[in-house]
Amino acid sequence: MGLLDKEFTDGNIVIAKADDILNWARLSSLWQLSFGLACCAIEMMATSASHYDFDRFGVMPRPTPRQADVIIISGTVTLKMATRIKRLYEQMPDPKYIISMGSCSNCGGPYWEHGYHVLKGVDRVIPVDVYVPGCPPRPEALLEGLLKLQEKIRNESLVKKTA
Amino acid sequence: MKNPQEIFEILSAQFPDANIQIDASLPVEPIISVNPLKINVISKFLAENNEMLFDSLMNLSGVDDANGTKTKDEDGNDVINGGTLSVYYHLHATKLNHKITLKVSAPRENPEVESVENIWKTANWHEREAFDMLGIKFLNHPDLRRILMPYDWEAGYPLRKDYKNPEFYQGMKVTY
Repeated sequence: MGLLDKEFTDGNIVIAKADDILNWARLSSLWQLSFGLACCAIEMMATSASHYDFDRFGVMPRPTPRQADVIIISGTVTLKMATRIKRLYEQMPDPKYIISMGSCSNCGGPYWEHGYHVLKGVDRVIPVDVYVPGCPPRPEALLEGLLKLQEKIRNESLVKKTA
Repeated sequence: MKNPQEIFEILSAQFPDANIQIDASLPVEPIISVNPLKINVISKFLAENNEMLFDSLMNLSGVDDANGTKTKDEDGNDVINGGTLSVYYHLHATKLNHKITLKVSAPRENPEVESVENIWKTANWHEREAFDMLGIKFLNHPDLRRILMPYDWEAGYPLRKDYKNPEFYQGMKVTY
């Protein structure tokens, strides 16, 4: 990315592209919407806790959609919840990102055939950036998903539309 | 402490017109079946009589017996006509330490069962669930709304054996 290697010798000035600075700021403090749905949410909480420490990537739970950057759909999305998720997503300010965590929110998971109440994939109501497979995914898998999202943000551009 | 056979005999003597029967041939504990429109008075008796004192409704569950005539509609889906829907009540007396299982069966076309919410408050949500999943109407229930499915769910009752899931709900595709 080259943020710090273009440092001047006096140490107080850094030259970088605006894109890089903004992307770096965005990807380094992704506040996730404090929100969980099912057993995946337990793994997500474990990821936030001290052993895996989501906070070292700048991820911390924010219990309001107005100040959240990323929403981790952690669990089974029922049809009843899908309408609420859509509303939460619409309440988030741009730029906003979505991580779909686990088989249920990726594609319906074990409920794909007989789950009369389950939405077969959260991407039917909101656009997903990163899919994390697993049932439920281990914290390492969710961290990997977050790193993938950071990679995606790192290559964004102010002028070109990416999504 | 009384066994189900003794309780059955007391109930039969007390409510001769409630069509009370006992089925003791099951691998589980005997099941006492009663008239669905008499379950409230019988429950009140079971809860208040000094020999019974059933103070705890451990569980209340609805069942689709699927014992009507089964046909297929033009799309090949099962349709069941006639037969019954049942509600099972598992009661426990914490002081006397005895248990019984009650059963009521109501016709599938108009499944009306008296509510026991005024006797055991725990029945409130259980009956709402049985209503939500199977469409059993509990008479005199104070708040008989759907409890799990969305309030505007119009596709019917999902745990009925001839239930057909809708293609769309609020613009969201439901089928895989």
